[in-house]
Amino acid sequence: MIVEGSVIKFGDKIDTDIIIPARYLKYTDPQYLAQHAMEPLDPEFYKKASKGVIIVAGKVFGMGSSREQAAIALKAAGVKAIIAESFARIFYRNAINNGLPVITLPNATKEINEGVIVKINVETGEVFVGDKVLKGKGITGMALEILKAGGIMEYLKSIQRVN
Amino acid sequence: MSPKTLTEKILSRAAGKDVSPGDVIEAKVDIVAFHDLTGYHVIEVMEKAEMLKVFDKNKIVIAFDHLAPPPDVRSAEIQGYIRKFVRSQGIPNFYDINYGILHEVLIEQYANPGQVILAADSHTTTSGAVGAFAQGMGASDIAAAVITGKTWLVVPQPFKVILEGKPAKWITGKDVALKLLGDFKADYFNGMSIEVFVKDSLSFPMDYRATVSNMGIEMNADALMFIPDQETKRYIKEMRGYEPEIITPDNNAKYVDEYTIQLDKLEPLVAAPHSVDNVKVVNELEGTPVDQVYIGSCTNGRLSDFEIAAKIMKGKRVKSRCIAIPASYKMFKEALEKGYIQTLVDAGCIVTYGTCGPCLGGHFGIAGPGENIVSTSSRNFKGRMGSNDAKVYLSGPAVAAISAIEGKITDPRVI
Repeated sequence: MIVEGSVIKFGDKIDTDIIIPARYLKYTDPQYLAQHAMEPLDPEFYKKASKGVIIVAGKVFGMGSSREQAAIALKAAGVKAIIAESFARIFYRNAINNGLPVITLPNATKEINEGVIVKINVETGEVFVGDKVLKGKGITGMALEILKAGGIMEYLKSIQRVN
Repeated sequence: MSPKTLTEKILSRAAGKDVSPGDVIEAKVDIVAFHDLTGYHVIEVMEKAEMLKVFDKNKIVIAFDHLAPPPDVRSAEIQGYIRKFVRSQGIPNFYDINYGILHEVLIEQYANPGQVILAADSHTTTSGAVGAFAQGMGASDIAAAVITGKTWLVVPQPFKVILEGKPAKWITGKDVALKLLGDFKADYFNGMSIEVFVKDSLSFPMDYRATVSNMGIEMNADALMFIPDQETKRYIKEMRGYEPEIITPDNNAKYVDEYTIQLDKLEPLVAAPHSVDNVKVVNELEGTPVDQVYIGSCTNGRLSDFEIAAKIMKGKRVKSRCIAIPASYKMFKEALEKGYIQTLVDAGCIVTYGTCGPCLGGHFGIAGPGENIVSTSSRNFKGRMGSNDAKVYLSGPAVAAISAIEGKITDPRVI
Protein backbone atom coordinates (compact mmCIF):
# COMPACT_ATOMS: atom_id res chain seq x y z
CA MET A 1 0.00 0.00 0.00
CA ILE A 2 1.66 3.23 -1.20
CA VAL A 3 0.40 6.72 -0.34
CA GLU A 4 1.74 9.99 -1.71
CA GLY A 5 1.07 13.66 -1.03
CA SER A 6 2.42 17.05 0.00
CA VAL A 7 3.06 17.73 3.66
CA ILE A 8 1.13 19.91 6.09
CA LYS A 9 2.99 20.10 9.36
CA PHE A 10 1.80 20.43 12.96
CA GLY A 11 3.55 20.32 16.34
CA ASP A 12 3.14 18.14 19.43
CA LYS A 13 -0.09 17.21 21.21
CA ILE A 14 -2.63 17.90 18.46
CA ASP A 15 -5.73 16.91 20.45
CA THR A 16 -9.14 15.76 19.32
CA ASP A 17 -10.81 19.03 20.35
CA ILE A 18 -8.55 20.72 17.79
CA ILE A 19 -9.13 18.07 15.13
CA ILE A 20 -12.92 18.31 15.46
CA PRO A 21 -14.52 20.44 18.22
CA ALA A 22 -17.28 18.81 20.29
CA ARG A 23 -20.04 21.05 18.91
CA TYR A 24 -19.87 19.17 15.59
CA LEU A 25 -20.15 15.68 17.08
CA LYS A 26 -23.91 15.43 16.74
CA TYR A 27 -23.27 14.54 13.12
CA THR A 28 -21.27 11.85 11.36
CA ASP A 29 -21.52 13.03 7.74
CA PRO A 30 -17.89 13.06 6.51
CA GLN A 31 -18.31 16.11 4.26
CA TYR A 32 -19.85 18.18 7.06
CA LEU A 33 -17.10 17.14 9.50
CA ALA A 34 -14.37 17.78 6.91
CA GLN A 35 -15.28 21.47 6.72
CA HIS A 36 -14.52 21.84 10.43
CA ALA A 37 -11.35 19.73 10.61
CA MET A 38 -8.55 21.47 12.56
CA GLU A 39 -10.76 24.56 12.81
CA PRO A 40 -9.37 25.98 16.09
CA LEU A 41 -5.84 26.05 14.63
CA ASP A 42 -6.59 26.79 10.98
CA PRO A 43 -10.14 27.42 9.72
CA GLU A 44 -8.84 27.14 6.14
CA PHE A 45 -7.41 23.66 6.71
CA TYR A 46 -10.04 21.79 4.72
CA LYS A 47 -9.37 23.98 1.68
CA LYS A 48 -5.63 23.33 1.90
CA ALA A 49 -6.16 19.61 2.47
CA SER A 50 -8.61 19.13 -0.38
CA LYS A 51 -5.84 18.56 -2.91
CA GLY A 52 -4.76 15.46 -0.97
CA VAL A 53 -2.17 15.92 1.77
CA ILE A 54 -0.11 14.06 4.33
CA ILE A 55 -0.01 15.38 7.88
CA VAL A 56 3.35 15.34 9.66
CA ALA A 57 3.13 15.97 13.40
CA GLY A 58 4.95 15.62 16.72
CA LYS A 59 4.06 13.66 19.82
CA VAL A 60 0.73 12.02 20.80
CA PHE A 61 -1.23 13.07 17.75
CA GLY A 62 -4.96 12.62 18.43
CA MET A 63 -4.77 12.72 22.22
CA GLY A 64 -7.98 13.22 24.14
CA SER A 65 -11.47 12.13 23.27
CA SER A 66 -12.60 8.82 21.74
CA ARG A 67 -14.60 10.67 19.04
CA GLU A 68 -14.20 8.72 15.83
CA GLN A 69 -15.25 11.84 13.95
CA ALA A 70 -11.64 13.05 14.35
CA ALA A 71 -10.37 10.39 11.95
CA ILE A 72 -13.44 10.70 9.71
CA ALA A 73 -13.04 14.50 9.43
CA LEU A 74 -9.37 14.38 8.48
CA LYS A 75 -9.85 11.65 5.91
CA ALA A 76 -12.82 13.39 4.30
CA ALA A 77 -10.93 16.70 4.23
CA GLY A 78 -8.33 15.06 2.00
CA VAL A 79 -5.71 13.74 4.43
CA LYS A 80 -4.29 10.57 2.86
CA ALA A 81 -2.04 9.55 5.77
CA ILE A 82 -0.59 10.87 9.02
CA ILE A 83 3.05 10.57 10.03
CA ALA A 84 3.58 11.42 13.69
CA GLU A 85 6.29 10.94 16.30
CA SER A 86 3.69 9.11 18.38
CA PHE A 87 -0.08 8.61 18.37
CA ALA A 88 -2.70 8.44 21.08
CA ARG A 89 -3.98 4.87 21.25
CA ILE A 90 -7.67 5.59 20.61
CA PHE A 91 -7.03 7.87 17.65
CA TYR A 92 -4.63 5.32 16.14
CA ARG A 93 -7.35 2.66 16.22
CA ASN A 94 -10.00 5.04 14.93
CA ALA A 95 -7.79 5.99 11.98
CA ILE A 96 -7.25 2.36 11.04
CA ASN A 97 -10.94 1.60 11.49
CA ASN A 98 -11.64 4.33 8.95
CA GLY A 99 -8.98 3.36 6.44
CA LEU A 100 -6.66 6.26 7.26
CA PRO A 101 -3.00 5.09 7.34
CA VAL A 102 -0.96 6.16 10.39
CA ILE A 103 2.83 5.87 10.51
CA THR A 104 4.89 6.36 13.66
CA LEU A 105 8.24 8.03 12.91
CA PRO A 106 10.55 9.43 15.61
CA ASN A 107 11.92 12.90 14.70
CA ALA A 108 9.31 13.22 11.94
CA THR A 109 8.95 16.98 12.49
CA LYS A 110 12.72 17.49 12.24
CA GLU A 111 13.22 15.28 9.19
CA ILE A 112 10.31 16.40 7.02
CA ASN A 113 9.56 19.96 5.89
CA GLU A 114 6.22 21.62 5.19
CA GLY A 115 5.19 21.45 1.54
CA VAL A 116 7.52 18.66 0.38
CA ILE A 117 6.15 15.60 -1.40
CA VAL A 118 6.46 12.35 0.56
CA LYS A 119 5.71 8.80 -0.44
CA ILE A 120 4.85 6.18 2.21
CA ASN A 121 4.92 2.42 2.18
CA VAL A 122 2.20 1.84 4.74
CA GLU A 123 3.18 -1.76 5.54
CA THR A 124 6.96 -1.33 5.92
CA GLY A 125 6.69 2.16 7.39
CA GLU A 126 9.25 3.53 4.93
CA VAL A 127 8.84 7.23 4.18
CA PHE A 128 10.50 8.54 1.01
CA VAL A 129 11.40 12.25 1.09
CA GLY A 130 13.45 13.31 -1.96
CA ASP A 131 16.54 11.07 -1.84
CA LYS A 132 16.05 10.18 1.82
CA VAL A 133 14.37 7.02 3.10
CA LEU A 134 13.16 7.34 6.69
CA LYS A 135 12.28 4.18 8.59
CA GLY A 136 9.04 4.49 10.52
CA LYS A 137 6.75 1.92 12.11
CA GLY A 138 4.27 0.68 9.56
CA ILE A 139 0.96 -1.06 10.10
CA THR A 140 1.18 -4.81 10.54
CA GLY A 141 -0.71 -7.78 11.95
CA MET A 142 -4.34 -7.44 12.89
CA ALA A 143 -4.29 -3.65 12.39
CA LEU A 144 -3.19 -4.15 8.77
CA GLU A 145 -5.91 -6.72 8.16
CA ILE A 146 -8.49 -4.27 9.54
CA LEU A 147 -7.10 -1.38 7.48
CA LYS A 148 -7.11 -3.48 4.32
CA ALA A 149 -10.66 -4.67 4.96
CA GLY A 150 -11.72 -1.02 5.25
CA GLY A 151 -12.44 -1.03 8.97
CA ILE A 152 -13.25 -3.30 11.91
CA MET A 153 -16.87 -3.93 10.89
CA GLU A 154 -15.93 -4.92 7.34
CA TYR A 155 -13.22 -7.09 8.87
CA LEU A 156 -15.82 -8.77 11.13
CA LYS A 157 -18.09 -9.40 8.17
CA SER A 158 -15.24 -10.95 6.18
CA ILE A 159 -14.38 -13.29 9.08
CA GLN A 160 -18.01 -14.33 9.43
CA ARG A 161 -18.13 -15.10 5.72
CA VAL A 162 -15.05 -17.35 6.07
CA ASN A 163 -16.41 -19.13 9.15
CA MET B 1 4.40 -19.56 36.09
CA SER B 2 6.19 -16.21 36.23
CA PRO B 3 4.84 -13.61 38.66
CA LYS B 4 2.23 -11.34 37.15
CA THR B 5 1.17 -7.71 37.39
CA LEU B 6 -2.50 -6.79 37.71
CA THR B 7 -2.54 -5.88 34.00
CA GLU B 8 -1.21 -9.32 33.00
CA LYS B 9 -3.54 -11.16 35.38
CA ILE B 10 -6.65 -9.40 34.09
CA LEU B 11 -5.72 -9.73 30.43
CA SER B 12 -4.60 -13.37 30.80
CA ARG B 13 -8.06 -14.24 32.13
CA ALA B 14 -9.72 -12.22 29.38
CA ALA B 15 -7.61 -13.83 26.65
CA GLY B 16 -7.97 -17.33 28.08
CA LYS B 17 -4.20 -17.82 28.02
CA ASP B 18 -1.02 -16.45 29.59
CA VAL B 19 -0.16 -13.06 28.15
CA SER B 20 2.85 -10.74 28.42
CA PRO B 21 3.42 -7.05 27.58
CA GLY B 22 3.58 -6.46 23.83
CA ASP B 23 1.34 -9.42 22.94
CA VAL B 24 -1.54 -8.70 20.59
CA ILE B 25 -4.53 -10.51 22.07
CA GLU B 26 -8.22 -11.08 21.62
CA ALA B 27 -9.86 -10.33 24.96
CA LYS B 28 -13.32 -11.09 26.29
CA VAL B 29 -15.06 -8.01 27.62
CA ASP B 30 -17.11 -7.93 30.85
CA ILE B 31 -18.92 -4.65 30.27
CA VAL B 32 -19.41 -2.55 27.14
CA ALA B 33 -20.86 0.92 27.58
CA PHE B 34 -21.71 4.09 25.71
CA HIS B 35 -23.51 7.37 26.18
CA ASP B 36 -25.80 9.51 24.06
CA LEU B 37 -23.21 11.47 22.07
CA THR B 38 -21.08 8.46 21.05
CA GLY B 39 -23.90 5.94 21.31
CA TYR B 40 -25.81 7.06 18.25
CA HIS B 41 -22.58 6.71 16.27
CA VAL B 42 -22.04 3.18 17.66
CA ILE B 43 -25.57 2.13 16.66
CA GLU B 44 -25.17 3.80 13.27
CA VAL B 45 -22.04 1.71 12.61
CA MET B 46 -23.95 -1.44 13.64
CA GLU B 47 -26.84 -0.52 11.36
CA LYS B 48 -24.58 0.12 8.38
CA ALA B 49 -22.91 -3.24 8.91
CA GLU B 50 -26.32 -4.89 9.28
CA MET B 51 -25.28 -6.42 12.60
CA LEU B 52 -27.81 -4.86 14.91
CA LYS B 53 -27.68 -7.34 17.76
CA VAL B 54 -25.90 -7.11 21.11
CA PHE B 55 -23.81 -10.05 22.38
CA ASP B 56 -25.36 -9.99 25.85
CA LYS B 57 -27.95 -7.40 26.82
CA ASN B 58 -27.01 -7.70 30.50
CA LYS B 59 -23.43 -6.66 29.82
CA ILE B 60 -24.29 -3.42 28.05
CA VAL B 61 -24.59 -0.18 30.05
CA ILE B 62 -25.97 3.00 28.49
CA ALA B 63 -26.26 6.39 30.18
CA PHE B 64 -27.32 9.73 28.72
CA ASP B 65 -24.94 12.43 29.90
CA HIS B 66 -23.33 14.53 27.16
CA LEU B 67 -26.60 15.88 25.76
CA ALA B 68 -28.55 15.75 29.01
CA PRO B 69 -31.00 17.34 29.15
CA PRO B 70 -31.07 17.86 25.38
CA PRO B 71 -30.03 21.43 24.50
CA ASP B 72 -31.45 21.29 20.96
CA VAL B 73 -33.64 19.26 18.61
CA ARG B 74 -30.75 17.24 17.17
CA SER B 75 -29.72 16.11 20.68
CA ALA B 76 -33.30 15.06 21.44
CA GLU B 77 -33.36 13.19 18.14
CA ILE B 78 -30.12 11.36 19.01
CA GLN B 79 -31.52 10.33 22.38
CA GLY B 80 -34.77 9.16 20.79
CA TYR B 81 -32.80 7.00 18.36
CA ILE B 82 -30.88 5.36 21.23
CA ARG B 83 -34.03 4.83 23.35
CA LYS B 84 -35.47 2.94 20.40
CA PHE B 85 -32.36 0.74 20.28
CA VAL B 86 -32.56 0.14 24.05
CA ARG B 87 -36.18 -1.00 23.73
CA SER B 88 -35.62 -3.16 20.66
CA GLN B 89 -32.67 -4.96 22.29
CA GLY B 90 -34.32 -5.12 25.72
CA ILE B 91 -31.28 -3.59 27.45
CA PRO B 92 -32.01 -3.37 31.18
CA ASN B 93 -29.02 -1.24 32.24
CA PHE B 94 -30.18 2.03 30.75
CA TYR B 95 -29.98 5.44 32.45
CA ASP B 96 -31.96 8.22 30.82
CA ILE B 97 -31.24 11.93 31.34
CA ASN B 98 -32.28 11.78 34.99
CA TYR B 99 -29.37 9.81 36.42
CA GLY B 100 -25.91 11.05 35.59
CA ILE B 101 -22.53 10.63 33.97
CA LEU B 102 -21.71 7.21 32.47
CA HIS B 103 -18.34 6.77 34.21
CA GLU B 104 -19.90 7.54 37.57
CA VAL B 105 -22.71 5.05 36.87
CA LEU B 106 -20.09 2.42 36.03
CA ILE B 107 -18.08 2.75 39.23
CA GLU B 108 -21.13 3.20 41.47
CA GLN B 109 -23.00 0.19 40.15
CA TYR B 110 -21.11 -2.11 37.78
CA ALA B 111 -17.31 -2.08 37.69
CA ASN B 112 -15.58 -4.78 39.69
CA PRO B 113 -11.91 -5.58 40.34
CA GLY B 114 -10.35 -7.65 37.56
CA GLN B 115 -12.89 -6.87 34.85
CA VAL B 116 -12.27 -5.67 31.31
CA ILE B 117 -14.49 -2.68 30.61
CA LEU B 118 -14.80 -0.84 27.31
CA ALA B 119 -16.82 2.25 26.55
CA ALA B 120 -17.15 4.71 23.72
CA ASP B 121 -15.60 7.52 25.71
CA SER B 122 -11.99 8.20 26.55
CA HIS B 123 -12.61 8.67 30.28
CA THR B 124 -13.58 5.02 30.64
CA THR B 125 -10.24 4.73 32.48
CA THR B 126 -12.23 5.97 35.52
CA SER B 127 -13.32 2.39 36.30
CA GLY B 128 -9.64 1.66 36.99
CA ALA B 129 -10.37 3.17 40.40
CA VAL B 130 -11.82 -0.18 41.53
CA GLY B 131 -9.11 -2.22 39.78
CA ALA B 132 -10.75 -2.87 36.41
CA PHE B 133 -8.83 -2.73 33.14
CA ALA B 134 -10.91 -0.04 31.47
CA GLN B 135 -10.35 1.61 28.12
CA GLY B 136 -12.12 4.09 25.91
CA MET B 137 -12.49 3.33 22.22
CA GLY B 138 -14.11 4.84 19.14
CA ALA B 139 -17.55 4.03 17.77
CA SER B 140 -16.44 1.27 15.37
CA ASP B 141 -14.38 -0.60 17.98
CA ILE B 142 -17.22 -0.36 20.47
CA ALA B 143 -19.75 -1.49 17.86
CA ALA B 144 -17.60 -4.57 17.27
CA ALA B 145 -17.39 -5.24 21.03
CA VAL B 146 -21.16 -4.75 21.45
CA ILE B 147 -21.76 -7.39 18.77
CA THR B 148 -19.05 -9.92 19.66
CA GLY B 149 -18.27 -9.31 23.36
CA LYS B 150 -14.62 -9.24 22.40
CA THR B 151 -11.92 -6.83 21.33
CA TRP B 152 -8.29 -6.86 20.26
CA LEU B 153 -5.63 -5.24 22.41
CA VAL B 154 -1.91 -4.83 22.69
CA VAL B 155 -0.96 -5.85 26.25
CA PRO B 156 0.56 -2.65 27.72
CA GLN B 157 3.82 -2.34 29.64
CA PRO B 158 2.98 -2.05 33.36
CA PHE B 159 4.33 0.92 35.35
CA LYS B 160 4.12 1.10 39.14
CA VAL B 161 3.09 4.20 41.08
CA ILE B 162 3.21 4.17 44.88
CA LEU B 163 1.24 6.62 47.00
CA GLU B 164 2.72 7.11 50.45
CA GLY B 165 1.45 8.97 53.51
CA LYS B 166 -1.70 10.98 54.05
CA PRO B 167 -2.74 13.81 51.71
CA ALA B 168 -1.79 17.29 52.95
CA LYS B 169 -4.63 19.76 53.63
CA TRP B 170 -6.82 20.44 50.54
CA ILE B 171 -4.88 17.82 48.54
CA THR B 172 -7.09 15.35 46.64
CA GLY B 173 -6.88 12.98 43.69
CA LYS B 174 -6.65 15.87 41.23
CA ASP B 175 -3.29 16.95 42.64
CA VAL B 176 -1.97 13.40 42.26
CA ALA B 177 -3.14 13.25 38.63
CA LEU B 178 -1.64 16.68 37.89
CA LYS B 179 1.60 15.72 39.66
CA LEU B 180 1.98 12.70 37.34
CA LEU B 181 1.13 14.84 34.29
CA GLY B 182 3.54 17.60 35.27
CA ASP B 183 6.42 15.25 36.02
CA PHE B 184 5.99 12.79 33.14
CA LYS B 185 4.14 14.91 30.51
CA ALA B 186 1.27 13.82 28.29
CA ASP B 187 3.12 11.32 26.10
CA TYR B 188 5.25 9.34 28.55
CA PHE B 189 2.79 6.59 29.45
CA ASN B 190 1.77 5.88 25.85
CA GLY B 191 1.56 2.07 25.57
CA MET B 192 1.75 1.56 29.34
CA SER B 193 -0.73 0.71 32.05
CA ILE B 194 -0.25 2.46 35.36
CA GLU B 195 -0.84 0.34 38.48
CA VAL B 196 -1.22 2.43 41.62
CA PHE B 197 -0.37 0.97 45.03
CA VAL B 198 -1.77 2.89 48.01
CA LYS B 199 0.39 2.22 51.07
CA ASP B 200 -2.21 3.27 53.62
CA SER B 201 -5.39 2.04 51.92
CA LEU B 202 -8.00 4.18 53.67
CA SER B 203 -6.01 7.43 53.43
CA PHE B 204 -6.78 7.71 49.73
CA PRO B 205 -10.53 7.27 49.27
CA MET B 206 -12.38 6.02 46.19
CA ASP B 207 -13.43 9.55 45.17
CA TYR B 208 -9.78 10.52 44.85
CA ARG B 209 -8.91 7.27 43.06
CA ALA B 210 -11.64 7.88 40.52
CA THR B 211 -10.17 11.30 39.70
CA VAL B 212 -6.68 9.86 39.16
CA SER B 213 -7.95 6.94 37.04
CA ASN B 214 -10.16 9.32 35.08
CA MET B 215 -7.11 11.35 34.06
CA GLY B 216 -5.14 8.25 33.09
CA ILE B 217 -6.25 9.03 29.54
CA GLU B 218 -4.70 12.53 29.84
CA MET B 219 -1.41 10.73 30.59
CA ASN B 220 -2.13 8.70 27.46
CA ALA B 221 -1.90 5.51 29.49
CA ASP B 222 -3.72 2.45 28.12
CA ALA B 223 -5.25 2.01 31.58
CA LEU B 224 -4.75 3.36 35.08
CA MET B 225 -5.71 0.94 37.82
CA PHE B 226 -5.63 1.10 41.59
CA ILE B 227 -4.63 -2.18 43.17
CA PRO B 228 -7.83 -3.40 44.88
CA ASP B 229 -7.62 -3.21 48.68
CA GLN B 230 -9.64 -2.46 51.85
CA GLU B 231 -10.92 0.82 50.38
CA THR B 232 -12.12 -0.97 47.24
CA LYS B 233 -14.07 -3.47 49.38
CA ARG B 234 -15.48 -0.69 51.56
CA TYR B 235 -16.65 1.35 48.56
CA ILE B 236 -18.34 -1.47 46.67
CA LYS B 237 -19.98 -2.78 49.84
CA GLU B 238 -21.31 0.68 50.65
CA MET B 239 -22.56 1.33 47.10
CA ARG B 240 -23.94 -2.10 46.24
CA GLY B 241 -24.18 -4.10 49.45
CA TYR B 242 -21.76 -6.88 48.58
CA GLU B 243 -18.06 -7.43 49.08
CA PRO B 244 -16.21 -7.90 45.79
CA GLU B 245 -13.57 -10.51 45.14
CA ILE B 246 -10.17 -8.90 45.18
CA ILE B 247 -7.48 -9.50 42.58
CA THR B 248 -3.93 -8.24 43.20
CA PRO B 249 -0.57 -8.50 41.43
CA ASP B 250 2.00 -11.07 42.54
CA ASN B 251 4.54 -9.74 45.05
CA ASN B 252 7.56 -9.94 42.75
CA ALA B 253 5.80 -8.98 39.52
CA LYS B 254 7.95 -7.02 37.08
CA TYR B 255 7.27 -3.38 36.19
CA VAL B 256 9.05 -1.26 33.58
CA ASP B 257 9.68 1.35 36.26
CA GLU B 258 8.22 2.80 39.44
CA TYR B 259 7.56 6.20 40.93
CA THR B 260 6.61 7.25 44.45
CA ILE B 261 4.46 10.23 45.41
CA GLN B 262 4.54 11.52 49.00
CA LEU B 263 0.98 12.66 49.58
CA ASP B 264 1.86 14.76 52.64
CA LYS B 265 4.32 16.82 50.58
CA LEU B 266 2.01 17.61 47.65
CA GLU B 267 0.94 21.20 47.03
CA PRO B 268 -2.29 22.29 45.27
CA LEU B 269 -1.58 22.10 41.53
CA VAL B 270 -3.16 23.70 38.46
CA ALA B 271 -2.82 22.85 34.76
CA ALA B 272 -2.52 26.15 32.88
CA PRO B 273 -3.81 26.63 29.30
CA HIS B 274 -3.81 24.92 26.83
CA SER B 275 -2.29 21.64 27.93
CA VAL B 276 -3.04 19.13 30.67
CA ASP B 277 0.68 18.77 31.41
CA ASN B 278 1.37 22.51 31.75
CA VAL B 279 1.26 22.04 35.51
CA LYS B 280 2.12 24.72 38.07
CA VAL B 281 1.85 25.09 41.82
CA VAL B 282 -1.23 27.25 42.48
CA ASN B 283 0.67 30.22 43.91
CA GLU B 284 2.51 30.69 40.60
CA LEU B 285 -0.85 31.63 39.08
CA GLU B 286 -2.30 33.50 42.03
CA GLY B 287 -4.27 36.63 41.16
CA THR B 288 -5.25 35.52 37.64
CA PRO B 289 -8.81 36.91 37.21
CA VAL B 290 -11.50 34.23 36.89
CA ASP B 291 -14.77 34.73 34.99
CA GLN B 292 -16.29 31.30 35.56
CA VAL B 293 -15.71 28.30 37.78
CA TYR B 294 -16.97 24.82 37.05
CA ILE B 295 -17.10 22.19 39.79
CA GLY B 296 -18.21 18.79 38.51
CA SER B 297 -17.70 16.33 35.60
CA CYS B 298 -16.68 12.67 35.64
CA THR B 299 -13.34 13.90 37.01
CA ASN B 300 -14.51 15.78 40.11
CA GLY B 301 -18.27 15.60 40.58
CA ARG B 302 -18.31 13.38 43.66
CA LEU B 303 -19.41 13.86 47.24
CA SER B 304 -15.95 14.75 48.57
CA ASP B 305 -15.63 17.47 45.92
CA PHE B 306 -18.87 19.04 47.10
CA GLU B 307 -17.87 18.64 50.72
CA ILE B 308 -14.67 20.62 50.06
CA ALA B 309 -16.46 23.26 48.00
CA ALA B 310 -19.11 23.67 50.71
CA LYS B 311 -16.49 24.00 53.47
CA ILE B 312 -14.82 26.80 51.54
CA MET B 313 -18.00 28.58 50.40
CA LYS B 314 -19.93 28.40 53.67
CA GLY B 315 -21.31 31.86 54.54
CA LYS B 316 -19.60 33.53 51.56
CA ARG B 317 -20.64 34.78 48.11
CA VAL B 318 -18.96 33.93 44.82
CA LYS B 319 -17.36 36.74 42.81
CA SER B 320 -17.01 34.59 39.65
CA ARG B 321 -19.92 32.84 37.98
CA CYS B 322 -19.95 29.33 39.41
CA ILE B 323 -21.61 26.20 38.02
CA ALA B 324 -21.61 23.07 40.17
CA ILE B 325 -22.80 19.67 38.93
CA PRO B 326 -22.72 16.46 40.99
CA ALA B 327 -21.85 13.55 38.68
CA SER B 328 -24.93 11.47 39.44
CA TYR B 329 -28.35 11.48 41.05
CA LYS B 330 -26.86 9.61 44.01
CA MET B 331 -24.09 12.20 44.44
CA PHE B 332 -26.64 15.02 44.09
CA LYS B 333 -28.96 13.50 46.69
CA GLU B 334 -26.19 12.89 49.20
CA ALA B 335 -24.82 16.41 48.70
CA LEU B 336 -28.37 17.68 49.22
CA GLU B 337 -28.88 15.68 52.42
CA LYS B 338 -25.56 16.85 53.83
CA GLY B 339 -26.43 20.48 53.12
CA TYR B 340 -23.64 21.06 50.58
CA ILE B 341 -26.04 22.02 47.80
CA GLN B 342 -27.76 24.53 50.08
CA THR B 343 -24.40 26.09 50.94
CA LEU B 344 -23.38 26.36 47.29
CA VAL B 345 -26.74 27.80 46.25
CA ASP B 346 -26.57 30.35 49.11
CA ALA B 347 -23.09 31.29 47.88
CA GLY B 348 -24.56 32.07 44.46
CA CYS B 349 -23.68 28.93 42.48
CA ILE B 350 -25.89 27.43 39.79
CA VAL B 351 -26.38 23.78 40.78
CA THR B 352 -27.86 21.00 38.68
CA TYR B 353 -27.15 17.32 38.20
CA GLY B 354 -26.26 14.69 35.67
CA THR B 355 -24.72 16.42 32.67
CA CYS B 356 -21.32 16.60 30.99
CA GLY B 357 -22.44 19.89 29.37
CA PRO B 358 -19.79 22.47 30.33
CA CYS B 359 -16.80 20.09 30.36
CA LEU B 360 -16.76 19.60 26.60
CA GLY B 361 -18.19 22.95 25.59
CA GLY B 362 -21.54 21.31 24.96
CA HIS B 363 -24.06 23.41 26.86
CA PHE B 364 -24.91 24.79 30.30
CA GLY B 365 -21.84 27.01 30.69
CA ILE B 366 -19.95 27.79 27.51
CA ALA B 367 -16.80 29.91 27.78
CA GLY B 368 -16.83 33.21 25.86
CA PRO B 369 -13.90 34.86 24.04
CA GLY B 370 -11.21 36.18 26.36
CA GLU B 371 -12.66 34.53 29.45
CA ASN B 372 -10.69 32.68 32.11
CA ILE B 373 -12.23 29.50 33.47
CA VAL B 374 -11.18 27.44 36.47
CA SER B 375 -12.54 23.95 36.02
CA THR B 376 -12.33 20.71 37.99
CA SER B 377 -12.85 18.75 34.75
CA SER B 378 -10.17 16.84 32.86
CA ARG B 379 -9.13 18.89 29.83
CA ASN B 380 -8.03 22.43 29.06
CA PHE B 381 -7.42 22.02 25.34
CA LYS B 382 -7.87 25.08 23.15
CA GLY B 383 -11.59 25.58 22.49
CA ARG B 384 -12.53 22.73 24.83
CA MET B 385 -15.13 24.64 26.85
CA GLY B 386 -16.34 26.91 24.05
CA SER B 387 -14.44 29.84 22.53
CA ASN B 388 -10.97 29.20 21.10
CA ASP B 389 -9.94 32.41 22.84
CA ALA B 390 -10.99 31.28 26.33
CA LYS B 391 -8.41 29.99 28.78
CA VAL B 392 -9.15 26.95 30.94
CA TYR B 393 -7.23 26.23 34.15
CA LEU B 394 -7.69 22.75 35.65
CA SER B 395 -7.66 22.30 39.40
CA GLY B 396 -9.06 20.30 42.26
CA PRO B 397 -12.21 21.38 44.11
CA ALA B 398 -10.44 23.46 46.77
CA VAL B 399 -8.65 25.76 44.31
CA ALA B 400 -11.84 26.02 42.21
CA ALA B 401 -14.06 26.92 45.18
CA ILE B 402 -11.74 29.52 46.73
CA SER B 403 -11.06 31.02 43.28
CA ALA B 404 -14.83 31.43 42.74
CA ILE B 405 -15.14 33.21 46.09
CA GLU B 406 -12.19 35.52 45.45
CA GLY B 407 -12.85 36.05 41.73
CA LYS B 408 -9.24 35.19 40.97
CA ILE B 409 -6.99 32.15 41.21
CA THR B 410 -6.24 31.69 44.89
CA ASP B 411 -4.23 29.27 47.00
CA PRO B 412 -6.67 27.47 49.34
CA ARG B 413 -3.94 27.25 51.99
CA VAL B 414 -4.62 30.92 52.87
CA ILE B 415 -7.85 29.82 54.56
